[in-house]
Amino acid sequence: MSAAARPRFAYVPPPELGDAAIRRVPVAIVGAGPVGLTAAAEFASLGRETVLLDEDDTVSVGSRAICWSKRTLEVFDRIGVADRIAGKGVVWNRGRLFHGDREVYAFDLLPEPGHRRPAFVNLQQYHVEDFLIDRVAELGRTDIRWRSRVTAVEQLADGAARLTVETPDGVYRLDADCVLAADGVRSAVRRAMQLDFKGRVFEDRFLIADVTMKAGFPSERWFWFDPPFHSGRSVLLHRQADDVFRIDFQLPAAADPDEERKPENVLPRLRQMLGPEVDFALEWVSVYSFTCRRMKKFRHGPVFFVGDSAHVVSPFGARGGNGGIQDVDNLCWKLDLVLSGAAPDGLLDSYDDERIPAADENILNSTRSTDFMTPKSAVSEDFRAAALELAARLPFARQLVNSGRLSLPHVYRATPLSTRDAEAWDGGPEPGAAAIDAPVRDNAGLAWLLERTGGRFTLLWFADEAPAVPTFANLEALRPRVDLVTVVRRGAPDAAAVVDPDGTAFRRWSAVDGTAYLLRPDQHVAARWRWPSIDDVTKALQRASGSAVAEGGLRSAGG
Amino acid sequence: MADLITEPNLPDPDGFYDRLIRAHHGLDDAASRRMNARLVLLLANHIGDPEAIGQALAIARGEPGEASTRTP
Repeated sequence: MSAAARPRFAYVPPPELGDAAIRRVPVAIVGAGPVGLTAAAEFASLGRETVLLDEDDTVSVGSRAICWSKRTLEVFDRIGVADRIAGKGVVWNRGRLFHGDREVYAFDLLPEPGHRRPAFVNLQQYHVEDFLIDRVAELGRTDIRWRSRVTAVEQLADGAARLTVETPDGVYRLDADCVLAADGVRSAVRRAMQLDFKGRVFEDRFLIADVTMKAGFPSERWFWFDPPFHSGRSVLLHRQADDVFRIDFQLPAAADPDEERKPENVLPRLRQMLGPEVDFALEWVSVYSFTCRRMKKFRHGPVFFVGDSAHVVSPFGARGGNGGIQDVDNLCWKLDLVLSGAAPDGLLDSYDDERIPAADENILNSTRSTDFMTPKSAVSEDFRAAALELAARLPFARQLVNSGRLSLPHVYRATPLSTRDAEAWDGGPEPGAAAIDAPVRDNAGLAWLLERTGGRFTLLWFADEAPAVPTFANLEALRPRVDLVTVVRRGAPDAAAVVDPDGTAFRRWSAVDGTAYLLRPDQHVAARWRWPSIDDVTKALQRASGSAVAEGGLRSAGG
Repeated sequence: MADLITEPNLPDPDGFYDRLIRAHHGLDDAASRRMNARLVLLLANHIGDPEAIGQALAIARGEPGEASTRTP
């Protein structure tokens, strides 16, 4: 999107300006990028009001984050924006890999049908932000304040945070019980608090360009090692909406970023790649270095760092934007419970317990991809060439070729919120894993299992027949805190039961008659059983809400 | 006598590759070549099976099934 075409959002002078009293709000979000906007929409969906501060008054320049993963789309479903994003975006499941002038192999990311969302949808970040801004306005509980720059953060004696906010009309202060710092890799909040941001900065640089063209490239991810048009380096091509293509060129370590981003240097590279006949226009260009860094802790008292402010990875795994969305998806329900008094403050520490390992997984994968793409010695070049040569013919070598390991939802294996399996399981989502979708029938017709979950705790109960199993009635006591959804093999759907017409849901969840899963509001598994008692469910719910659980008996979980 | 396994068999391919490259850190080219040679001998001894080793040699040398015709 050209700078001129970007929407401008109206700045309104905040009512607090010139007011001696300092207003206090439960939640302030800093940064209206995809991560901050998703947080605002999640809070609004949970019925909670927020103040969202952004230093600018428009959407991102250039495509930036473009690959939205299945898990992110499922979160977007919950906040009611996925249809618009998937409708505008480019759906792709297939990646192709080239070495020199030949194709080495192709891979399919979502080989099975029966999921509402595909492996990935490509859509420029500015469109995603635009749609999220519309959705946040529709949902109504977000006070978005444009041209509002946070310049200082102070922690108050009672545990809240005091923000200093600079606007075109002056400075004011705002107190918040909690702050989400979603203000990106150069986070003003992180710098104001003088917090660390350590990791590895690679010498390698990439040139990224948004190019508009009517070209015959299919909706696939194409990756080249050492192509004829960019000898010795790597190139990635992605299709986005509006006939815009995103092309990433690896540059020599010694390249001068200011020179490289000049159109007179970019255009010949593109011409060489696309050939003499293709009519294209350069829309946006940028040069960046690979970096993998994270903060030591993401929670600092009332301030929570989410997305790039907390951790940054090299691209080629779609792990930046999607990782940030999963951060806020992990955090918002916890904050909502704690702010409403339904859970202890300690639940918020599990944000670090769960999202730091997730960030480390992203950084590990991203670092390995970067190392593969940019061999640092003759011997690592030899190994890479050998892997690529063998990969054309032998399946084992394809696993060694690394053009990016694409984002999958992190499994929270070491979390204190999960109840350890007491029975033997062969498949199904383990405690800490994200829920798995399946097509079902509800009383309105065809539906998706995931639509019935999320936002609140859900007990997913699998039964052969529609009539509720005997212990089901006992679970009525949990209703104020837990939604009950029954998946039945046979019978008619009703308000509480969905039908699994072909056994897909039972199979994916490794379920038999009586199997139950307790899902958290973020649709991750908290506990599962073959036939739970009310006591089992109550304890698992307590644990997943951050409360200490009295141990005792074989079925209680360990650490 | 067994066929060479060419289907995926490494439990953590990225982890293996990372270890392999790291193991060469700090070595010059000659030292890296010697390390690779020792590695081949060690792994060949571990495999043991002459049939599997023969197939591996043929594939590594050139195209599968063509190695015997390429003997100088």
